[in-house]
Amino acid sequence: MTPNPYLFIVIFVCVAVVVPLLPLGLAWLWRRFFQPPKPGPAKLSIYECGVESLGDAQIQFRSQYYLYAIIFLIFDVEAVFLVPFAVAFTALPVGAFVAILVFLLLLIEGLIWAWGKGCLQWNR
Amino acid sequence: MKEEIDEGLRTELQRQGVWVTSMQELYNWGRKNSIWPLQFGLACCAIEMIATAASRYDIARFGGEIFRPSPRQADLMIVAGTVTKKMAPQIVRLYNQMPDPKYVIAMGACAISGGPFKQGYNVLKGIDRYIPVDVYIPGCPPRPEALLHAFMELQRKIDTQKLSGEQKAEFLKPEQPSEFPVPAFGEHDLEPPANPDLFQPPVIERQS
Repeated sequence: MTPNPYLFIVIFVCVAVVVPLLPLGLAWLWRRFFQPPKPGPAKLSIYECGVESLGDAQIQFRSQYYLYAIIFLIFDVEAVFLVPFAVAFTALPVGAFVAILVFLLLLIEGLIWAWGKGCLQWNR
Repeated sequence: MKEEIDEGLRTELQRQGVWVTSMQELYNWGRKNSIWPLQFGLACCAIEMIATAASRYDIARFGGEIFRPSPRQADLMIVAGTVTKKMAPQIVRLYNQMPDPKYVIAMGACAISGGPFKQGYNVLKGIDRYIPVDVYIPGCPPRPEALLHAFMELQRKIDTQKLSGEQKAEFLKPEQPSEFPVPAFGEHDLEPPANPDLFQPPVIERQS
């Protein structure tokens, strides 16, 4: 009788459960019988390179930043495509030149739209 | 664990292919060969520490190559360099955040006593004023061989630590503290200037 082909997955799952749990269990037994736990305020405090932590870990960013992310994306994508375009410029056919021009115009249109909306002004 | 295994019996058994050990020996053997130091350097001694960890001297031969960037995973703190008074609270806090068992090597003249900067207004005169030090290495800076020697001394110390009984290791005693008070910045000096439980300077008695 051939074993079930899924048997290996069952064995694999068992090993994956036992291998992490065994050291944790041993560590628990060790702590239970030998090593007395010594928690303390300094030991349990947040690790920040030895400096006492200030404030909360969950700080809030202003939602205004999303505009900068979008405008950055315009220039970023533009630069990524402009470099190979400039390198291969002399060997390009007319169709490719028109295609990249359309692409650039689309990005420039986005920039003009952002400019017109006043997104380049930093509002305090 | 109560009694040491008889050496003669052990060698006789080994000759027959039977390896006898105790829980204590196994435990100490395991942890003495995997001492993970905390990755931080303070001054020029840190350069020697880096050289010790690099390929020429290779602290990995002794199981100490995994320099941990977090005190939670570290067993050993190598105080490598001049401890300024500005830095001392951070070092004590890092030591406090390390889990037991933890060991300290004071590397170089500065970490031992302030070294050539002892007269400086901003230099701590030895890290043993605030945290217990296991091995001191003199030198300015100590050569990598000296650090390796200190590492082996620490391994020797770990090997002799007992798991039970009256003589058991400090970190196994529930009444022994695991963390030490962090000094604060005072008007002229750190407050307190030393931990009186750890550091008792020798009293000089002059005969008149």
